[in-house]
Amino acid sequence: MAVTASIRDSSSNAVRAALTGGKRDVRGMLFALTLLLCLLGALLVLTVLMWDVIAQAIPVFQKRSTGFLTNDLNSSPDKAGVSQGIWGSLMIAMFVVLLAFPVGIAAGVYLEEYAKPSRFNAFIRLNIRNLAGVPSVVYGILGLVVFVQGLDWLTGGRSVISAGITLAILVLPIIIITTAESVSAVPSGLREAGYGVGGTRWETTRDHVLPYAAPGILTGTMLAVARALGEAAPLLLIGAITGRLASVQGQSLVEKMQGKFTTMPIVVYGWANEVNKPGEITGLTFEQLNSAAIVVLLVMVLALNAAAILLRNRFERNRQG
Amino acid sequence: MNQQQSNLEEHYPMADDHIDGVVTADDRVVFTTKDLEVYYGEFRAVREVNLDIKQGEITSFIGPSGCGKSTVLRCFNRMNDLIPSARVNGEVLFRSVNLYDPQVNAVEVRRRVGMVFQKANPFPKSIYDNVAYGPRLTGVKKKGDLDAIVEKSLRDAALWDEVKSRLKASGMGLSGGQQQRLCIARAVAVEPEVLLMDEPCSALDPIATARIEDLMQEIKNKYTIIIVTHNMQQAGRVSDRTAFFTTEVNPESDRRTGVLVEFDKTATIFSTPSDERTEAYVSGRFG
Repeated sequence: MAVTASIRDSSSNAVRAALTGGKRDVRGMLFALTLLLCLLGALLVLTVLMWDVIAQAIPVFQKRSTGFLTNDLNSSPDKAGVSQGIWGSLMIAMFVVLLAFPVGIAAGVYLEEYAKPSRFNAFIRLNIRNLAGVPSVVYGILGLVVFVQGLDWLTGGRSVISAGITLAILVLPIIIITTAESVSAVPSGLREAGYGVGGTRWETTRDHVLPYAAPGILTGTMLAVARALGEAAPLLLIGAITGRLASVQGQSLVEKMQGKFTTMPIVVYGWANEVNKPGEITGLTFEQLNSAAIVVLLVMVLALNAAAILLRNRFERNRQG
Repeated sequence: MNQQQSNLEEHYPMADDHIDGVVTADDRVVFTTKDLEVYYGEFRAVREVNLDIKQGEITSFIGPSGCGKSTVLRCFNRMNDLIPSARVNGEVLFRSVNLYDPQVNAVEVRRRVGMVFQKANPFPKSIYDNVAYGPRLTGVKKKGDLDAIVEKSLRDAALWDEVKSRLKASGMGLSGGQQQRLCIARAVAVEPEVLLMDEPCSALDPIATARIEDLMQEIKNKYTIIIVTHNMQQAGRVSDRTAFFTTEVNPESDRRTGVLVEFDKTATIFSTPSDERTEAYVSGRFG
């Protein structure tokens, strides 16, 4: 009796020892630590960058207030403003929304939902992926040759129309790919349910596939707009104005869109090349103005993303039923 | 076991009436397959299926995995069309019209031959909109008409009492068994002649399964039902006729092809099958 008890005791102790005494997972902890350090490093760089930009921009908004947003480009840092850049960037965003959204979404839905899988289909997909990786300056050449020179009777040459169409083409592959991926992620059970009650392909796509894929499609389209807003290289080729852009009074919208233009990234690029001499009245430099322009561009992109997130949340609520 | 036995006894006399009774005219045949074969690309999934499905009966397809029973079921409403590589040989006659005739519109077929899937797949919409979706597609617009259809369908699916107070709630919020009954309500809302059920209870607990089985008995006068099931007891409990499928290995390619072994009254399949493979399967010796 005593013997059994002692055996049970010792075996219970042995189990306790085995269960509690295991080696610490040193490698796992090191790995987690490395991940954390990488994250903190990235955040640090971002914070320093943002701080530098915002600290320089604050005096501009204090001394110039809204004049900075409403003035035209000018050689004096006391008068220069970003209104033309904001207008140009908004126009480009509009072209992307009006041209690239419908074409890109339609192409993506066709590729995934309608086209039969074939070698040709796979070839097209591969090439769209490649197009998404083509350097943007190459699209600038395309825009220069086709829209600025070839179609100048329509676009007015070096105009915001040429720039808008070029950037719409630039972001088209991104929209097609994200749309196709969102559509392919729709559960097949949902399609079967739609077809099962006698829905046609169009009805099933419209009522079930597209609503389910909408949040993903929206994310892709907003990434595309943000990308277009940030592009500078192709616009330099197309001929966005970096120096002084005189605004002509009394132009119609069409004339304005066919005329000379600039955008926010181009304004930033142009001011970076200006002589860094303080203005006589405000004492502001172009370097500070540039930081303020970057803040304006960031706010535009952030506002777009916020709108996209709000919309996506709404679509996702609908997905729950 | 006893429970099952009594169920069988209760059930079969009525079933026999159906099968051996006076009404044996051809208009009771809903589906006839003639040398039906389905290929996925080069692979022949099932070969030479010949069977008749009779109106007002529950027909079950049983057999081991990969024997082609679901594949055959999905031929009855052209669901295989959704699989790009699938190809169908032979004929599937629905009221003597070949469903695979090039002039036949698959959408019209599916409005007459509804389907309930293995995994309950309600739309991410309200309970009401789930059921009303099919009728809306066919052109029912008036709210009063839709309300009546929704109530009738949910009653048919034995779900009305549980959901009548929350028709606007999401169909995704129901329990698994309720979701599956919602899918049945959605399928019957377009008043199909036939209901195809592809392992409708495989994800459900025994209580939810029993509810669906009771439901099948209640609605089989209105809808001819074909059910694929892995559960032999279920086939024995609910169906009038049973088709047993199995796989045959092709000695040349080592690929497995499904084949219909035996098709008969359920009582015969489970008591005195004529093929020894059926006997081995239903007695649990393989599969």
